[in-house]
Amino acid sequence: MLKLNNINFGYEQKKYLHSLILKDFNLNITEGELLSLVGPSGCGKTTLVNIISGYLKPISGNVVVNGKIVEFPGKDRIVINQEDDLFNWMTVMGNMKIISEDNLLIEKYLDLTNLSNYVNYYPSQLSGGMKKRLSLARALLADAKFIIMDEPFASLDHKTKDKLQEEVLKIIKESGKTVLLVTHNVDEAIFMSDKILFISGKPIEVMRELQIPFSYPRNINIKESKEFNVLKNDIKNEIRNY
Amino acid sequence: MLIWVVTEQVTTHFKKFTKTNFNMKKWLTVVSIIIFIQLLFFVFHNNVLLPSPLEVIVALIVQLRQGTILIDVAMSLERVAIGFLLAALIAIPLGILSGYNRRLNNIVKPFVELLRPIPPIAWIPIAILLFGIGDGASYFIVFLGAFFPIFTNAYFGAISMPVIYRNVAQSFEIKKSDFIAKILFYFSLPYIFTGLKIGIGMAWMSLIAAELIGAQSGLGYFIQLNRLLLRIDNVVVGMIFIGVIGLILTKSLTILERKIMPWITNQNA
Repeated sequence: MLKLNNINFGYEQKKYLHSLILKDFNLNITEGELLSLVGPSGCGKTTLVNIISGYLKPISGNVVVNGKIVEFPGKDRIVINQEDDLFNWMTVMGNMKIISEDNLLIEKYLDLTNLSNYVNYYPSQLSGGMKKRLSLARALLADAKFIIMDEPFASLDHKTKDKLQEEVLKIIKESGKTVLLVTHNVDEAIFMSDKILFISGKPIEVMRELQIPFSYPRNINIKESKEFNVLKNDIKNEIRNY
Repeated sequence: MLIWVVTEQVTTHFKKFTKTNFNMKKWLTVVSIIIFIQLLFFVFHNNVLLPSPLEVIVALIVQLRQGTILIDVAMSLERVAIGFLLAALIAIPLGILSGYNRRLNNIVKPFVELLRPIPPIAWIPIAILLFGIGDGASYFIVFLGAFFPIFTNAYFGAISMPVIYRNVAQSFEIKKSDFIAKILFYFSLPYIFTGLKIGIGMAWMSLIAAELIGAQSGLGYFIQLNRLLLRIDNVVVGMIFIGVIGLILTKSLTILERKIMPWITNQNA
């Protein structure tokens, strides 16, 4: 379980604290859950990701992972970023080997992410979708308890995005990982999540919590269903009022 | 204009005839200019001050037959190789570690900033005092010529690394030694090669300058000796060797760069 307790955070400018981005912010993610945080661009979602992953230290409050306060980055919380975070000078295999030398596990996760035939490829030779799958394979290999996905599909085209969302969702659910998906895309959040928190900034505030009624496994075609679109439109109308 | 037209025509016909993509245009331009200068010599009959291209070619053939210039080339190459390798071995790790560690940077950077603007030639008297007239002084001058561009580029490579790589390494709990050797070093490699290419040019130039003043062999010495003997044709031969070897050294590094960094080649492809 991942818990944020009364987090306060704001960036300093010339030694003076700028306005708070997070004020007494609390969050609970239960094990095996896929929770999405949906909010407008610039509301502080990435700051929140950086605090959870340990790249930024809050002014007060703490991050608790399975009952233990964490202050530094670690293998238990791996971030899959919007921008490329693969080591471009290493092949697919090299990117895996630097995390673990366990060949059986490497083979297993490359297989799971459909990258077994590309072990000698460099990231620059992979498509955008393949790069994201490799980032996911790395996170699985590290045996991360929590995978934090920060706008992971933002740089992809519509068709690749749909295909990858379906694939990633399948892999995540099969591996039983706990995931925090941070996005501004309502469509993506509904399709992938168990639960969505709609947030506004600044400071970040949870405006609404929504349980998604669709069962797993999910097929990308549900995006065409009436139920999905009604839900999407309701949410969009509501967000406009925040 | 005439040179350009002739070069274009010959290149086009050469490509059609041989069906290869070899770019001979740039070499044809050089040859055409040499022929043009030779024609000027024929017209004006003045070879008192400078030797004509034909005289230089004759002197080049004589020197190659005698073989003495090749010994000077070998001496110069040995000096540049030792000085340059020493510089690379020290400047690359020092540059990367200075970019990685602020404390080390605070110690190293002021010295580098202070010494960098001093041209290697200015060090020649100090080098002779320290090492005497001979190879030691030459190694030292070459070292100074190559060190600063290599260090500066390795340092900039290390500090240019996007913070995302450091974050990823921290998240995956990659050991510091692995981070430096497998991430920071490889990220900085394109910068390092830029430094090496500038460094080899600087090393070569510094060596020739050092040999002009304080050596008993080498290409610089060859030029100086022939200047005193008023054999300007041999001076030009020495200059040709310097230019060609400099070009070969830089090209060799470019080939090595492509071999060592296949991910860059693949990216460009």
